Parts: sequence; structure tokens; C-alpha cells
Amino acid sequence: MTDTTLPMASHARKDGPASKRIIVAYGFWIFLLSDIIMFSAIFATYAVLVGATDGGPTGAELFDQKRVAIETLCLLFSSYACGMMSLAIEAKHRLATYGAAAVTFALGAVFLTLELSEFAGMIAEGATPQRSAFLSAFFTLVGCHGAHVGFGLLWLVVMMAQLNAKGFRDDVLRRLACFSLFWHALDIIWVALFSIVYLMGGRV
Amino acid sequence: MSSQHERAPGDDLGPDSRREAIRSGLLTYTVGLALALIFTATSFWAASTGVLWLPGVPIGLAVLAVAQMGIHLVFFLHITTGPDNTNNVLALAFGVLIVALVVGGSLWIMAHLNANMMPSPDLMNLHMQR
Amino acid sequence: MLGKLSWSAIPFDEPIDMVASGFMIVGVIGILLWLTATGKWPYLWREWLTSVDHKRIGVMYCVLALVMLLRGFVDAMLMRSQQAMAAGGAEGYLPPEHYDQIFSAHGTIMIFFMAMPFMIGLMNFVLPLQLGVRDVAFPTLNSVSLWLTASGVLLTNISLVIGEFAKTGWLAYPPLSELKFSPGVGVDYYLWALQISGVGTLMSGINLVTTILKMRAPGMSYMRMPVFCWTALASNLLIVAAFPVLTATFGMLLLDRYIGFHFFTTTGGGNPMMYINLIWAWGHPEVYILILPAFGVFSEVISTFSGKPLFGYRSMVAATLAICILSFVVWLHHFFTMGAGADVNGFFGVMTMIIAVPTGVKVFNWLFTMYGGRVRFSLPILWSLGFMVTFVIGGMTGVLLAVPPADFMLHNSLFLIAHFHNVVIGGVVFGAMAGYNYWFPKAFGFTLDEAWGRASFWCWLIGFYVAFMPLYWLGLMGMTRRMQHYDDPQWQPFLVVAACGVLLILAGIVCQIIQLIVSIRTRADRLDRTGDPWNGRTLEWSTPSPPPAWNYALLPEVEGEDAYWHMKRKAREDRTAQTKARDYEPIDMPVNSPTGFITAFFAVITGFALIWHIWWLVGLGLAGAFATTMVFAWRDVQEQEIDVEALARVDRAHLASLAQ
Repeated sequence: MTDTTLPMASHARKDGPASKRIIVAYGFWIFLLSDIIMFSAIFATYAVLVGATDGGPTGAELFDQKRVAIETLCLLFSSYACGMMSLAIEAKHRLATYGAAAVTFALGAVFLTLELSEFAGMIAEGATPQRSAFLSAFFTLVGCHGAHVGFGLLWLVVMMAQLNAKGFRDDVLRRLACFSLFWHALDIIWVALFSIVYLMGGRV
Repeated sequence: MSSQHERAPGDDLGPDSRREAIRSGLLTYTVGLALALIFTATSFWAASTGVLWLPGVPIGLAVLAVAQMGIHLVFFLHITTGPDNTNNVLALAFGVLIVALVVGGSLWIMAHLNANMMPSPDLMNLHMQR
Repeated sequence: MLGKLSWSAIPFDEPIDMVASGFMIVGVIGILLWLTATGKWPYLWREWLTSVDHKRIGVMYCVLALVMLLRGFVDAMLMRSQQAMAAGGAEGYLPPEHYDQIFSAHGTIMIFFMAMPFMIGLMNFVLPLQLGVRDVAFPTLNSVSLWLTASGVLLTNISLVIGEFAKTGWLAYPPLSELKFSPGVGVDYYLWALQISGVGTLMSGINLVTTILKMRAPGMSYMRMPVFCWTALASNLLIVAAFPVLTATFGMLLLDRYIGFHFFTTTGGGNPMMYINLIWAWGHPEVYILILPAFGVFSEVISTFSGKPLFGYRSMVAATLAICILSFVVWLHHFFTMGAGADVNGFFGVMTMIIAVPTGVKVFNWLFTMYGGRVRFSLPILWSLGFMVTFVIGGMTGVLLAVPPADFMLHNSLFLIAHFHNVVIGGVVFGAMAGYNYWFPKAFGFTLDEAWGRASFWCWLIGFYVAFMPLYWLGLMGMTRRMQHYDDPQWQPFLVVAACGVLLILAGIVCQIIQLIVSIRTRADRLDRTGDPWNGRTLEWSTPSPPPAWNYALLPEVEGEDAYWHMKRKAREDRTAQTKARDYEPIDMPVNSPTGFITAFFAVITGFALIWHIWWLVGLGLAGAFATTMVFAWRDVQEQEIDVEALARVDRAHLASLAQ
């Protein structure tokens, strides 16, 4: 075998593997897209089963547009607060970060509470997910989004604990960036949800 | 070795000084919020008003929803069409394509299957009474 | 306290099951005892179980796959022997309830726990080396993916001993898979094993997509990547796109079974057809996930052993991406007969035929690569040639099935079974074997024995045709799939021939086991001293065999396609380059982590508890998984530095070996 000398990597080159920050953010972006595809499968099922009420209650009978409007505003402002948190992180301002995170959390928690109370109300009047295919699909679609919100709230708490313990370390910053992506993506899915499920479905 | 010309998804636009970056970031988020509020209000209004032609409302709601998703992507997630964002946009386009195929394909297929294969209400009642 | 679990879960009244379970338990305990007696646990823990090195993880995936090949193959032998016997009034030796579990387990294991792990293992091992980088994007996540796949394997094998497996086929169609008609734990074992390993697979897809798109050596633009990297990219994009659909669909079926939802039930407005629609929206991309890496292997092998660059690089890339996108617009061809009507069937039939075109482009490119080259008939090339003939035949029967009126006659007949085994064995399995023989020396430092390898190839090839060609005929004669017994005695001779074919394949597998043992025993005779046993063209052959943990002391600078070939030629022409000093710098490599292994441990506990309705144990398992994540998130040491001394020593030794 002839001698082969590998050319040495010169420091002047600008290409090669990307930085860790970019790699992590891109990987998480791909994950988010896969999560959106999972939601779309549940969306498709909902769309197919929306009429399968089996003689039970329909969306128009059950949905409360006022509550949905409040939920939407909560999530939207929560997203905004998350944006403020990102800016505070950029400024490396601990107190502002905690503050913005608290607002993000609070609004997200209000959203979740409203949603859970909606579910409880529906179940109380007999509109359980076991009642019909439509209701199974509704509870699963909206519930899956709610579960993601709940998971996000847990993640936010953990991230604040990490910030407290480790400071604005590189890996903490990367994880906070991922959280922001996640939180904004949840609001994007909510846009589809409230438009298709509640607004379109709420009309007779 | 890092690639200088890449941007991470969610990264804010990057001028030099940090304070400027934060100020422009604040503006971006606030404009995004305002636009999103407008679109949200419009959606809710369109769904409940009697002023619009009824069959057109679902399409209108869909358009508003897509537009609002775009606002979120641009103003909150900072996905733009700059050359350093190409990978991010391509990934998004791929995702959107798959969503369209899965949802659209499923709706088309299931509409046909339901039309051809689901029993009529009478037969269904007969089946249920068993 | 223990949910539905009781002593009656162990099938004491089924002798075959008890014997099989016995073998498995004895085998596992035997291995564990041997490890303890030889004091290998610290080594195993340190070097393998907690490794985040893509090379180690790749090897473990392949080992897992090969072991499960044996389990899935035993299922195959059971089925063939049963069908060879059960003609006329004969009942055979496998009662229907058992037979149903066997064909369900066979398909599930072969697709999810043999083919997938093998391909993912190959991609894991090869990609960073071919891309000229040191590891994948997320090494610890890679370990988690591996061990979650192993969790699925473990749960499936536990079902042999405790409880039962699904009797619903490898895709568990409702309404049969709903609680009403499958009240046992079988379908739950199936669903949870696949949900857990599905998460692992999705993480792997994200990992490898990010690696290919964001981590390549300096100078390696997209159009300079080896074709294996392109097919891996397409395959992993499909994983990212398709597996979420599987997760959602199985999730909905689980909701039906566990809390009485009505997604796919026959009452309450449920629509079982929607399950079939969604599961195949995943299922069709899945088979392309399997075949694309195999295509990549063949591209590498054929160009290397023809001594020529791959013909039509650009058209290969285009064909790969076309297959990637097209694989998402054909899925209805799996249920033409469900009744969507002529319009829908026609569209999907045409799209299915169109997807054969880019595959044809690839076949022609391989042929043109060999034409005019000097083909060395090594083992990998033999498998490639076997693939080309076999896969093309299988593909053609696929195009036949793509015609909806033809499919109405052939759907769910043995013709279908013969078709998909034709393409999966001819394509995926032969590709796996080619890749195994091709990259084995890189992984372990010595080549595999040629003679036993040839024996195994010929046994597999001839055995395949003997086993499956009769099935085409039987399908045309009207025999449906999954039959535990049948009336028509005219079918029996064909099934006997098929059983003989399976015995030939068994001989092939035995030859491969012997090949491995003999190769290890006589490895001193076949050492790969230079790292380049095949005169390769791509970057992995520029590393020592096996490569050091960091792969490259200095990332290579890539100047064209077939990067290593280019470098070798340049070195020959320009001898002064040898005297250039190499400027080493210390590098950071990720530390080992038990996160993957421990997460998988809790995944198995959670899965088992969910299957048997032991709710407190579910909570415990989830808490454990959460705690493991927190421990990982809180760690302060994430990387270790490799000093210049170590880098230099390995690098100089390698360069010295090349000079000889």
C-alpha cells in the first residue's frame, strides 16, 4: 500500500462540522418537526372522526368560545413572555430571566387549568371520551397538546433549577434555547387547534 | 471548526452590540405579538359573525391560521429565508410536505372509504341492536 | 398488587413454548454466568454498555440484530414445517392460537428487531467515519436509542415466558386487536415493545439527520459525500417523518384498549379503516427506510470492488431523493381491496409504478459501474450480485401487485408473501450481509474467512429461491397467507419444497456462525494492518482498523468525491507531501454514560408494568426514568480531553503501517 498522507486540517477553513450550539438547535428543530407530524396524524384522525358522534353531543353543543379565546390569549402572551425570557438570557440577566420564566409558567398554568376544567365539565355532563369516536378524538388531540404544555411547564421548572445551580453555562444556554423553540412551537400547534377544532367545529 | 455562515433555529438576528440585539429582539417579539393578536381576533370574529358568506368561513379560518403560524415562525422562531437559514427552511418545508400528504391523503382516502364501505344508518342500527 | 399478573401467565400447558422459553432462559443465564466467571463485567460495563462511541453502538446494534435473526428464523422454521404437514385433514403440531403468535412474532421481530437495528447499526458505525468526523451529533442520545431498542427486544422475548404475544399479525389490525377481540396481554406486549423501541428509532433518525447535515469534514460539500451518506440521509429523513405516525397510531389503539376510547372500535362511531390507513402511511416509508441504506451499501461495495468511481453520482443522488419523497405517496397500495374505489386505487397504483423508476436508475448505475471495471469477486460483491438479480425479480412482482385489479386477486395471498420476502431478503438482508462482510475488518481489525462466507452466500441464495418461488405459485393457485392448515392437498408438495428451502437457508446461517468462529480463531492470518483491506475509495479506509475512539486525529480535508481515492492518488503523485509536519491539538471526546442503559432498564419496568396493569410499578418506572434524566442533566463532566501524545502515537503508527 502506498504511503498516504492525510492533508492536515488548516485553521483558516471556515467549513467543517458546525458548532455545538447550531447542532443542538438543529437537532431539536428536527425533533419539533417530527412532533408536528405526530400531531398531524392525530389531527387527521380527528378530521375523519369529527362527524362520528354516535348520537352523542357534537362540538357545537359543547364548545365555549369565550373560554377558548382566553386560553388562546394566555398561550400567546406566554409565548411573548418566553421571548422576553430569551432576551433576558441573552443579556445574562438572572433576575429578569427568572421573572420572565415565572410569567411564562403562570400563563401556561392558567391555560392548562382552563383546559382541565373544560374537560371536567364535559365529562360531568356525560360527554366522556368513551362516549363516541368524535369525543375520543377531541380529548386525545386537545389532551395531547395539553400534555405537551404540562411537560413544558415541568421542563421550565427544571431549567430554572439548572440555571440556579449552574449559571449561564453553555449547555444550560443550549437547553434554554431548545425550551424556547418548544414553547413557541406549542403555540403554533394551538393556532391550528383552535382554528380547526373550536372555531370550525363550534359552528353548527 | 465552526461554520460561520449557519444560524441555529430560534437564533435572533445578530448585530454586533448586545444591547442593540436585545432592543431589536424586543421589537421583533412585540410586532409578532401584535400581529398574532390581530389575526386571532379576526379568526374569532370570522367564526361567529353572520356578515360573511358561510361556506367561505372555514377556508378563511384556514388561511388566517396558516398566516398566524407564519407570524410565529418568523417573529418568534426567527425562521427567515436568508442563506444562513437554508437548512432550517428546508427542514420546515419537508415537514410541511409530510403533514400535507398525511392529512390530505388520509382525508381523501377516508372520504372514499367511508362513502363506499360504511354501512347506511339503517344497517348500522341493525348492527348496534345485536 | 400485581395487576393482571399471576402464575397462570406462564404457559405450563404449552410444551413447545416451555421448551423454547427454557432454551432462552438457559442461554441467557449461561452467558451471564460465563461473564461473571471470567470477570468480564467491568470491561463490559466500561467499554460497551456505557459507551457512547458510535462504533461500539453500531456493533451492538448489529449483534442485537443477528441474535434476533436467529429467533425470527426459528419462527420461520416452525411455520414452514407446520404448513408442510397440515394438508387435508392433518392438524400439524402447532395449534392455531400458537401459530398465530408465531407468524405475528416472526414479522414483528424480523422488521423491527432484525432489519431496522442492522441497518441503523451499519449507519451508526460508518457515517461519522465516511463523513470525516469524530462522532454523531448526539452521542449519549445515540446510546439511549440503542438501549431503548434493546428494551423492545427484551419485552418481546419476555412474552415468550410470561403471558403471550399478539395473535394479530405484525401490524395488529383492529377490530381484532381491540380489547373486545384480543382481551389478553399479547397485543399490549406488542404495542408497548414497539412504542418504546419506536422512541429509540426516532431519536436515532434525528441524530443521524443532524450528523449528516451539520457535521462533515472540511471540504466535504453535499455533492462530495459518499452515496451511502446520501441514502442514509434519505432513510433517516423518512424515519423522522414516518415514525411519529406510528407512535400516534399505536397510541390511539392503546387508548382504545386501556381506557375504552373509540378510535378504531366497531361501536361508538369508531373507524378501523383509519388505523389501516395510518399504519400503512408509516408502513410504506418503513420499507424504504430499510432498503435505502442497503442501496447505499451496494453503491459502496460495487464501486470499490470494480475499481471504478460509481457511475452517475448525480443521478444516484437524485434517484435517492426521489425515492424518499415518492415513498410517501404510495401507501394505499397495501389496502387496494379495502374499497376506496377506482379513482383512489388508480392514483396510488400509478404512483407505485412510478417509484420503481428511480430504483431502476440505481440498478443501471450499478451495472454501468461494473462495466469496464475489473471486478474482484469478493464476498461483498457476491452478495451484491445476488441482490441485483433477486431484488429486481421481487421488484417486478411488486409492480405487478401495483395494478389494482391484479392485486384484488393476489392481496394477502402467498404471492404477496413471496414478493415482500423477495425484496426484503434480496434487498435488505443481502445488503446487511454485504455490509457486514465489507466493514467487519474496519470494526475488528481482521477480515472474515472467505470459504465459509462463500458457502453461506450460496446456501442463502439457493435456499431463498427454493423457499420462496413455490410461494409465488401457491399464491396464484389461491392459497392465502397465515394458514395454520389447509384443505387442498395439491398445495402440499410446494410447501414441502419451501420447507426444504428454509433448511438450506438454515445451512447458510450455520455457515455464517462457523465463519465468525473460524475467523476469530484464525484472525492472525487475516489481520488488516493498513486499515484499507479492499483498496477502498472513501474516508473510513484511511483510518486504522479498528479506528481509535476519536476516529481522526486531524479532520481530513476533502477535495472531491471518493475522498480517500483522491488522497491516495495525490500521495502517489506528490511524494513531498509526506514530509509535511502534522500539527496535533488536544481534542475533547464525550465521556461514557450509563444514562442509556439505565433509562432502558426503567423503560422495561414501565412497559412490563403497563402490560400487566401494575399501576404502582408504572409510576415507579416513570419516576426512575425521570430521575435518570435529571442525573444526566446535572452532570458537570461531559467531555474528556485526549492529549496530543495519544493522538500522535496512534496516528504515527498508522502512517508507518501505510509506508510498508
